[in-house]
Amino acid sequence: MTTTSPPQPGELSLPARPGWPDETGHFGIFGGRFVPEALIAALDELTEAYEAMRVDPAFLAEFDRLQRDYTGRPSPITEVPKFAEHAGGARVLLKREDLNHTGSHKINNVLGQALLTERIGKTRVIAETGAGQHGVATATAAALMGLSCTVYMGEEDTRRQALNVARMRLLGAEVIPVTTGSRTLKDAINEAFRDWVTNVETTNYVFGTVAGPHPFPAMVRDFQRVIGDEARAQVLEREGRLPDAVLACVGGGSNAIGIFTAFVPDDGVRLIGLEAGGDGVDTGRHAATITGGSPGVLHGARSYLLQDDNGQTIESHSISAGLDYPGVGPEHSYLHDIGRAEYRAVTDAEAMEAFALLCRTEGIIPAIESAHALAGAMKLGQELGRDALLLVNLSGRGDKDVETASRWFGLGDREEVDPGPGLDEQQNPTEGAVSNDEAVAGQHAGETA
Amino acid sequence: MTSQLAERIGSAKAEGRAALMAYLPVGYPDVDASIAAMIAAVEGGADIVEIGVPYSDPGIDGPVIQQAVDVAVRAGVGMRDVLRAVEAVAAAGAAPVVMSYWNPIERYGVERFATDLAAAGGAGAITPDLIPEEAADWIAAAERADLDRVFLVAPSSTDARLRSTTAACRGFVYAASTMGVTGTRSTVSDAAATLVARTRAVAPDLAVCVGLGVSDGRQAAQVASFADGVIVGTAYVREMLEGRGAKGVRALSEDLAGGVRS
Repeated sequence: MTTTSPPQPGELSLPARPGWPDETGHFGIFGGRFVPEALIAALDELTEAYEAMRVDPAFLAEFDRLQRDYTGRPSPITEVPKFAEHAGGARVLLKREDLNHTGSHKINNVLGQALLTERIGKTRVIAETGAGQHGVATATAAALMGLSCTVYMGEEDTRRQALNVARMRLLGAEVIPVTTGSRTLKDAINEAFRDWVTNVETTNYVFGTVAGPHPFPAMVRDFQRVIGDEARAQVLEREGRLPDAVLACVGGGSNAIGIFTAFVPDDGVRLIGLEAGGDGVDTGRHAATITGGSPGVLHGARSYLLQDDNGQTIESHSISAGLDYPGVGPEHSYLHDIGRAEYRAVTDAEAMEAFALLCRTEGIIPAIESAHALAGAMKLGQELGRDALLLVNLSGRGDKDVETASRWFGLGDREEVDPGPGLDEQQNPTEGAVSNDEAVAGQHAGETA
Repeated sequence: MTSQLAERIGSAKAEGRAALMAYLPVGYPDVDASIAAMIAAVEGGADIVEIGVPYSDPGIDGPVIQQAVDVAVRAGVGMRDVLRAVEAVAAAGAAPVVMSYWNPIERYGVERFATDLAAAGGAGAITPDLIPEEAADWIAAAERADLDRVFLVAPSSTDARLRSTTAACRGFVYAASTMGVTGTRSTVSDAAATLVARTRAVAPDLAVCVGLGVSDGRQAAQVASFADGVIVGTAYVREMLEGRGAKGVRALSEDLAGGVRS
């Protein structure tokens, strides 16, 4: 396995990459560029500018400064012992990307790409967004750097994440609800590509995840790997050892690649991606691309995807808008195929159980996306037992999900669902509350299955 | 080794005109009606029919084509239906070329696709999201099955890319005349003539056909004055979407066929 070295404190460079992708953006058979010719010049321009920028001390100094002074990096590590009681007694450490400015890991990548946009002399950025976190981050960076900003968001998602739509508009971005196809993230990406091919002279596409055509998977990974670079050093410093496993949720997969990359050379560290299992992979209503999909081409790259016999993309389903995507970044497909990372599915019900548990036991409201990783940790902890040390990427906070969670748990919707002794009974915030949550979550799983 | 497409475009040229290519997707409003429309396009004067494979994520298509294709995708239209359309167009006397985003071909199997397309009488395929650098399997399969493969060039393509892309083409090269998605436009951009001239300069022996934006006989005549072929898609699909069916398609073909001859 090709090795990477963690950054030294104060060192101004992006660390060395793993031995992939190759120069044309291939991770084994995955990745590449499957786009109309009209976009090749823009992708070449972006690749060239990025390769120059990533070794340019002036850029790196500015990128560092923004990460520290604007985002608030480094993000801390929080141990969550009461939550961990439900994870087989394993020790659980959270990497707190939820504490970043704008509320998720998305800002890491966006600041890099916004600086790149300035450097190539473009004045407008476009972005796709599912949960709205990448859209909010892009709107934020655009406001900071004086760029005009248009965000494409599936109409279905604008309803699920109304708070983030309002945030983007407050930040001065134009939000365009996408009404084609399944009206979710996949269709927002199609519309963003259509905008880009039409307006490429003035516009840079700030892609939100480690998917899409080269150079996006490698570039977004490079901007996100700060998560794992920091976490690896932080865990070593406080524990004197590496974690047994690193867990992260996977939609497109940027927070997972971000925390995995530093650990890829550490053969003893298991890397586990948690995909959105929706109602259950066997029901067909899920977004577990690697668990339940097959290799093909979508959105500019070859990777695993959910598709039918005719090669049509199958609509994905997840309670989490940010994971509701039928594709996945090509590096995840590669890590899966070479056996370096494992991918598991977590159902809506399991994720919501973990969501409620972290709220109650630790006073942290996670994004529903990140709750999938927490659910994975609960299960893995039970498999590994007491001595295990688990590092979980808490990729975002759950403010945006309050409405979805309220509906799920029947809060404020008491005519339809009687929540029973639910979330507002806080006297015994550990065992008792947890079993109530499990009961409520189970009840909903029954309703939706 | 004969290229059906080069032959068609060559015989149009021998008549002192550009070739007319009509795009229609299989399966809108249903498979039979779409095939009837393709035949009507041929009867109205199309030399080549681009037979569109429905795809769920048509990244460079505008709203008109998306709307039609979406119906076909939801109806489960697949490669078997496409091959039936290929046979019907060949029987009607035009050259059938499949127009497909890459994933439906990859899913069907590249080798199997080439074999079945050749057996159905197809000329080859246009692959709008497949660049030659990613096309080694397809080029090899097409070579074995003696099929044409058409890649795209765009106003943003560098001269080096014009050279490498045209070198990978057989039949013709598709010049995407404007930076943007498919759809009709009131004027044909100046970029089209410039792109054709730049392409000819690096590939003098390859036919250059222009698509994106042509909707009537007047525009067809304009494009025909500098290109070897005129590709019309959205205007045909609009005839279908607006309910004029095969009759409307035939009339549009007649208008466009007049254009390429003027």
